[in-house]
Amino acid sequence: MADLSIDIAGIKSPNPFWLASAPPANTGDQVSRAFDAGWGGAVWKTLGDPIVNTSSRFAAMDYAGGKVMGFNNIELITDRPLEVNLREIREVKRRYPGHAVVVSLMTETKRDWHTLIRRVEDTGCDGLELNFGCPHGMCERGMGSSVGQEPKLITEITRWVKEVARTPVLVKLTPNTGDVVEAAQAARDGGADGVSLINTIKSLMGVDLERMVPNPRVGDASTNGGYCGPAVKPIALHMVAAIARELRGYPISGIGGVSTWRDAAEFLALGSTSVQVCTAVMHLGYRVVGDLIDGLNDWLDAHQMASVRELVGRAVPAYRDWGELDLTYKVVARIDDKTCIGCQKCVVACQDGAHQCIFTGREDRPRPAHAHASGAARAPFPFPVGALAGERVPWVDEPECVGCNLCQLVCPVAGCITMAEVGGGPRDSWNERVARGAGKVAGGIHD
Amino acid sequence: MTATFLQKLPAERAEATLQGRKPLMTEGEARLEAERCLYCADAPCTTACPTTIDVPGFIKRIASGNLRGSARTIFEQNILGASCSRVCPVEVLCEGACVYEAWQHKPIAIGRLQRFATERAPADVLVARRAPAARRVACVGAGPASLAFAATLALDGHAVVVLEQRALPGGLNTTGVAPYKLHADASLREVERVRALGVEIRTGVEVGRDVAAAQLLAENDVVFLGLGLGDDARLGVPGEDGPGVVGATAWIERMKLASGGRPALGRVVVVGGGNTAIDVARECALLGATEVTLVYRRDVDAMSGYAHEMNAARVDGVKLIVRASPVSIVRDAAGGVVALRVAVTDKGAPVSGPERDIPCDLVALAIGQSKLRALARQFPGVALDARGCLVANPSTGATGNAKVFSGGDCVNGGKEVVNAVAEGRDAARSLLARWSRDRLQTRHAGA
Repeated sequence: MADLSIDIAGIKSPNPFWLASAPPANTGDQVSRAFDAGWGGAVWKTLGDPIVNTSSRFAAMDYAGGKVMGFNNIELITDRPLEVNLREIREVKRRYPGHAVVVSLMTETKRDWHTLIRRVEDTGCDGLELNFGCPHGMCERGMGSSVGQEPKLITEITRWVKEVARTPVLVKLTPNTGDVVEAAQAARDGGADGVSLINTIKSLMGVDLERMVPNPRVGDASTNGGYCGPAVKPIALHMVAAIARELRGYPISGIGGVSTWRDAAEFLALGSTSVQVCTAVMHLGYRVVGDLIDGLNDWLDAHQMASVRELVGRAVPAYRDWGELDLTYKVVARIDDKTCIGCQKCVVACQDGAHQCIFTGREDRPRPAHAHASGAARAPFPFPVGALAGERVPWVDEPECVGCNLCQLVCPVAGCITMAEVGGGPRDSWNERVARGAGKVAGGIHD
Repeated sequence: MTATFLQKLPAERAEATLQGRKPLMTEGEARLEAERCLYCADAPCTTACPTTIDVPGFIKRIASGNLRGSARTIFEQNILGASCSRVCPVEVLCEGACVYEAWQHKPIAIGRLQRFATERAPADVLVARRAPAARRVACVGAGPASLAFAATLALDGHAVVVLEQRALPGGLNTTGVAPYKLHADASLREVERVRALGVEIRTGVEVGRDVAAAQLLAENDVVFLGLGLGDDARLGVPGEDGPGVVGATAWIERMKLASGGRPALGRVVVVGGGNTAIDVARECALLGATEVTLVYRRDVDAMSGYAHEMNAARVDGVKLIVRASPVSIVRDAAGGVVALRVAVTDKGAPVSGPERDIPCDLVALAIGQSKLRALARQFPGVALDARGCLVANPSTGATGNAKVFSGGDCVNGGKEVVNAVAEGRDAARSLLARWSRDRLQTRHAGA
């Protein structure tokens, strides 16, 4: 059993799995049940002056028979009186002294921030998270993402907060910005002890085509909301990794589509110390933490890591600029005739969506006029007769294969299509080519 | 004229007491199953379908909620797609070819998805066009081949009349399909779909009695013979004449169409090894016969009935005796059937040796159907082969008479509904192509 405990910017937690500031962390009852289920921490749903919410508030995107691939909400910060929230936070902290209770905050003037922070820290909470990310409703009032999109404001408000805060401060960043690293830098300049990201992405979830009103519908209209869930994970991973790469060692709490232990491990590998989860809990309940805990634990054990802290940032060095990638590295697709089921999805994908190098049938095939290799594509001899698919097993014209992965991505059979490393010359990147004056490819605009 | 044929159907039919084995899917079931389809290129299911329905195409349209488009995809290839979805031996056609099958996953439930699409889609999916120079066409027989032929021409705007000697149209779909697959009312509703395209159906009209073949040929541009097959074949053994011995298709027809509800069945012996024999045996078992025995003269692997149907029959309680040939029907003093006496066979032929009696109250003969030679011979130039099958070009339906076309059981000797549909449709399509060529030539000649 690996040690899952963490310390992020001075906030200690028995494991890296926190509830994100959102509906699952709205009340003392909910956070208590989450801790009982195994969550290591929670970021309390944003406190400030209570607001009024709409009905309805949520919308989801389903895909290929699966529910809630993406999720969106137009709910605002807490709608409960501040005093009620503070009482419940104090009670939760009393009952769960070893868990991380971070409180999300959002207000306007310097005086409001100072008053709010003093009252909140009085509860005994472990840290503060500044909500500079909410992209709907609150930003129209000059808060949330309207702060997070303006680096100067991030720095200034963070400074106000740090003037009075006694506990660690995380700044929650919005992805609705041109350069998230600049925003993180601004938070650090303001004295923030770390950042959490991503908040939700500004979105319209779809349109009710009969009513001609977008979703989620509030009477005869809708508004843009915040998008999250499994669909946003790649966007979040990039932003986390970009900050981890540029601001080395700066504490990051990763957020965005974490649903499984594997998602969590990926966030950790790209530089997060803790991960925050919302949509998976809204979809499946607090119990999903069971998979997060034992899945991560088993993986750490299998890779001889005694502590989860060893995993943090492991993959960051391999996140490079395109110009540093080795242009001589070469893979080609290989189709296993023993496991191929003959669906030929790879054929269509390659012919219509990639580089026209996968074929069927025993005949040699003429290469298209734009082909890189010359002559005909040679059908394999002897022709492979698949164990399952007979003569429906497609074949790859390897000299023409660019190694794009598309066939492997659409193949329904795990392991049937592999990308085999072939040849390759001495390492050569674009940046190296430019450095030695070979940064021009024939056939350009001025040729 | 709406629903007149349905109104002729008595409510208290024996078949009405039998439920279908593959119930209509709910929308949720259908969408989930549709999402499982891999959308194969050059899909084996489509190739396996005698009517070449674009199976992945209609299934993806179910997944997207495009039910009208899904049904259109089916009906454009197979106007009887609703009954085929229920009576087709999908295990050896589309579903048997599904790539999941070889992969040892459950194949896509193509039959049930097709039933969902065809039954749930609105009635007006296909709309007949008005032809400027409509031809006059008559079809003899209102079974699947004629209906497919008629519908294909009617869609192109031609004036088609279908003559049926029975009281109800639909052919074997109405009179002969096992009730646990398709009830007569479902077949008649499908016939209404063909009528809605403008096809006129006249029942109780017998060629040679009510109208002369010569008159049909004189009054129409084309005559299609979709005659089907004739009466059940007889054994020609002592004791066969009299009560208690029935022909299989005649008996099924009574269960499907006659009033009187579920009959009291004792011990039943069915003679034969084809799908009709298995159908009758299963139907008797499901209707509550105390004992059902199938008697076949060769070995089990020589049975022309499908293995999956025989396995299902065993599950329904049908016993199988092989290598036994009937030598007589044993009757008591009052003339009632008491047993079927059988001899041991070698390679299907009886050999001398001990005979045995299989006690029973009812003997059903499913050893084939006669050919309607006399009816076919009324059309000059139409030839019959040695088996009594009508000779027609398999891809165009052309016979020895330039005006007469044919397809379905009377040509192929008795295959599936889907084969009859394909033959009728293809005959009509070849005619349409020919008429279109003729029009072009006339125009060029005039120019």
